Amino acid sequence: MGDTIEKVSIIISKGSLEGIYPGLILANGARAEGIEANLFFTFFGLDAIHAKRLEHIKVAAVGNPGMHMASLVGVLPGMSAIATHMMERKMEAFDIPGIPEFMELIGDTGCGLYACKASADLFGFVEGDFIEQVQGILTVGEFYGLAAGGEIIFT
Amino acid sequence: MTVDTIAGTPVDVNEDGFLTDASQWNEEIAVELARREGIDPLTDRHWEVIRFMRAQYEAKGTGPTVRVLGKTSGVPVKELYQLFPKGPAKLAAKIAGIPKPRGCI
Repeated sequence: MGDTIEKVSIIISKGSLEGIYPGLILANGARAEGIEANLFFTFFGLDAIHAKRLEHIKVAAVGNPGMHMASLVGVLPGMSAIATHMMERKMEAFDIPGIPEFMELIGDTGCGLYACKASADLFGFVEGDFIEQVQGILTVGEFYGLAAGGEIIFT
Repeated sequence: MTVDTIAGTPVDVNEDGFLTDASQWNEEIAVELARREGIDPLTDRHWEVIRFMRAQYEAKGTGPTVRVLGKTSGVPVKELYQLFPKGPAKLAAKIAGIPKPRGCI
């Protein structure tokens, strides 16, 4: 057997659907492999753990070449909602959980969930604004302490 | 592929120690494989998951991922990780003598 990864800390910094899922899949997949995992939500990524916002995460319809759609079309009212709806239907067909269910699953795997203090302060969020799986609000220094001895992945 | 003698029975295993022929499996092999993974003894709840994995493999040709296991086996995800701390689907599959499930979620 070659080298193995024993621990990962994954930072989620974006608040769009496509910005949040990769980090969630990496964290859940790490736990499934028996790897210790922590998720750290910063900046707009905080929406993923905000109790009132995580059900309304949307795909970016503008400035997203992956959508294969002119940005001029993307600015039309409701385009982001339509794109999100289509994406969610496709994900459901492939049995990929929605973000609220995914968060619950990840909490149950024993992965740690944390919010970034600087961002929480910036947006005026307190611990009570977040879903119950969130274990605390950390400073960057505390994050490094938590991540010590493992890999750090920024998304 | 190599031959490993587990609980007195020679079985074919891959480089990660998974049985490559599920029909060579028996319960003594499961007990020994679990012990090697630090799970000793196997409780009734462990066996529930192991038997479920084998039944799923026989029915579908592949074992379920952790999420599917949590939804369908009657053992919730939190408990699955208590039973198999080093990865429930992966370890239960190994102990059950079936290939490692390949799903991402």
